[in-house]
Amino acid sequence: MRNFTAYIVITGILCGFAFGAQASPESDRKAFVEYYKKKFPKVKKSEYVNGVYAIDAASRAQWESIEEFPPYEIFIDEGETLFKKKFKNGKSLASCFPDYKKGIAQTYPQWDSKRKMVVTLPLAINECLKKNGEEEFEYNKGKIASVLAYLGFLSRGKTISVKVPNKDARAAYEDGKKFYYTRRGQLNMACAHCHLDNAGKRIRADILSPALGHTSHFPVYRAKWQELGTLHRRFGGCNKQVRAKPFKPQSEEYRNLEYFLTYMSNGLKSNAPGMRK
Amino acid sequence: MKFRVDFSTATPIAVLIISLIFSILVPSIAFAGDEEQGKAIAFDRKKGNCLACHAIEGGSLPGNIGPPLENMKNRYPDKAKLRDQIFDATKRNPNSIMPPFGKHEILTKDELDKVVEFIYTL
Ligand code: HEC
Ligand code: HEC
Repeated sequence: MRNFTAYIVITGILCGFAFGAQASPESDRKAFVEYYKKKFPKVKKSEYVNGVYAIDAASRAQWESIEEFPPYEIFIDEGETLFKKKFKNGKSLASCFPDYKKGIAQTYPQWDSKRKMVVTLPLAINECLKKNGEEEFEYNKGKIASVLAYLGFLSRGKTISVKVPNKDARAAYEDGKKFYYTRRGQLNMACAHCHLDNAGKRIRADILSPALGHTSHFPVYRAKWQELGTLHRRFGGCNKQVRAKPFKPQSEEYRNLEYFLTYMSNGLKSNAPGMRK
Repeated sequence: MKFRVDFSTATPIAVLIISLIFSILVPSIAFAGDEEQGKAIAFDRKKGNCLACHAIEGGSLPGNIGPPLENMKNRYPDKAKLRDQIFDATKRNPNSIMPPFGKHEILTKDELDKVVEFIYTL
C-alpha cells in the first residue's frame, strides 16, 4: 500500500466495525513497521534508529566518520556533572531517579495515572529541580540537553518500552497520533506527509527520514545547531518549516505527540545521544 | 562641521548613481515577460519553492517528491486545469503534500498567474 495515511484510516474503519473501537497502539505500531518494511525491503528493522542514515548509503559514510569523534561527547560529561551536583539541600537530580544507573530513558515518556498526563524525561527532571527549590532548566537546549545526553547514554542498547496502561493514557496517545496526521501551517502539511508518505524522497537536497526510530537518539547534536537540542526543539523546527506556529516545548500537544511517536519505536534499541546534519 | 559638508556633496552623487542604476534596471524589470518573473517566483525559496519537490529545467538540486515539470502544454491542453493544480492540489488529490498556493495565499493572484505562465513554457 503506497499511501500510509489512507492505510491507517482504512485500518481504523475496519477495526471500528469489527470491535467498535479504534485500532490499538500495538496494531498501529505493527502497521508502521510493516509499512517501512515494504517501502525499504533491504533495511533491517534495527537500523531505523539511525534515521536518514539507515536508508541513504551516501550520507551514511560521512556520518560514520563523524561518529568516530562524536561532537556530543563533552556534553555527556557535562550532563553527568550536572546530574550528580549537590543541590542546596544536599540532594541531587540523582536522588530523584534512584534507578538511573540501570538506564531509565528508554522507559519515557510515562503515563502518570494520578495527574492523568504524559510525563517526559525532561519534564521529570525539571519537576525534580522545582521540588528541591532549584532553578529549572530551559527546555530546548543547554543544561537539560546535557543531562538528557548523559541519561540517554546510560540507556544505550536498552529496548524502548513505552506503555499505554489505561483508558486515559490511550486518549493521550490518540491525541498525539491525531497530531501526527493533521495538516498544519500555511503550507498545509502533516508530519505524516513528510516522514511516512514521502520517507526516502528528497525535499530539495534533504532526504526525508522514516518516522520509525525517530525518537531513539534524542537529544541530538546537529551540525546546523552546532549544539545539542531536544526532541521538542526538533518538533518546533518541523512545525516552523511548514509555517505553522510551533507549540511550547513540554506543552500537552508535544508531550502527547512524543508519547505516540515513541510508542511507534517500541522494541527498537535506544541510541542517544545522536548526531545529525 | 566637516562631516556636514562631506555629506551634502555625497548626497547628490549618491542620487546620481542610484538614478543611473535605476535607468538601467527599471526598463529591464518592466519589460521582462510574465514568464521570466514567474520563473523567479517559482524558484524563490520564500515564494513558490517548487524546486523543493519538482525537477524544473534551469533549477539546481531539485527534490523528487513530485513529478518533474515538463511537457506541460501537452499534459494540460486546458491551462485552467494547470492553474487549479497550483491553486489547490488537494482538489485532485485530497492527500496531496503539495501546498495550496492560491487557497492558502502563499502566492498572490498576480504571482500565481505568473508562475502558471512560466510552468506552461516547460
Ligand atoms: C516539510 C517536510 C516536513 C514536515 C511536514 C515535517 N518534517 Fe520532520 N523533518 C524534515 C526534514 C527535512 C528533516 C531532516 C532530515 C530528516 O532526518 O528527515 C526532519 C527531521 C525530523 C526529525 C529528526 C530525525 C532524526 O533522525 O534526528 C524528527 C524527530 C522529525 N522530523 C519529526 C517531525 C514531526 C513530529 C513533524 C510534525 C510535527 C514533522 N517532523 C514534520 C521535514 C519535515
Ligand atoms: C512539498 C512538495 C511540493 C511542492 C513544494 C510543490 N509541489 Fe507540485 N506536486 C507535488 C506532488 C506530490 C505532485 C503530484 C500530484 C499531487 O499529489 O498533487 C505535484 C504535482 C504538480 C503538478 C502536476 C504535474 C503533473 O504531471 O500533472 C504541477 C503542475 C505542479 N505540481 C506544480 C507545482 C508548482 C508550480 C509548484 C511551486 C509553485 C509546486 N508544484 C510545488 C508536490 C509539490
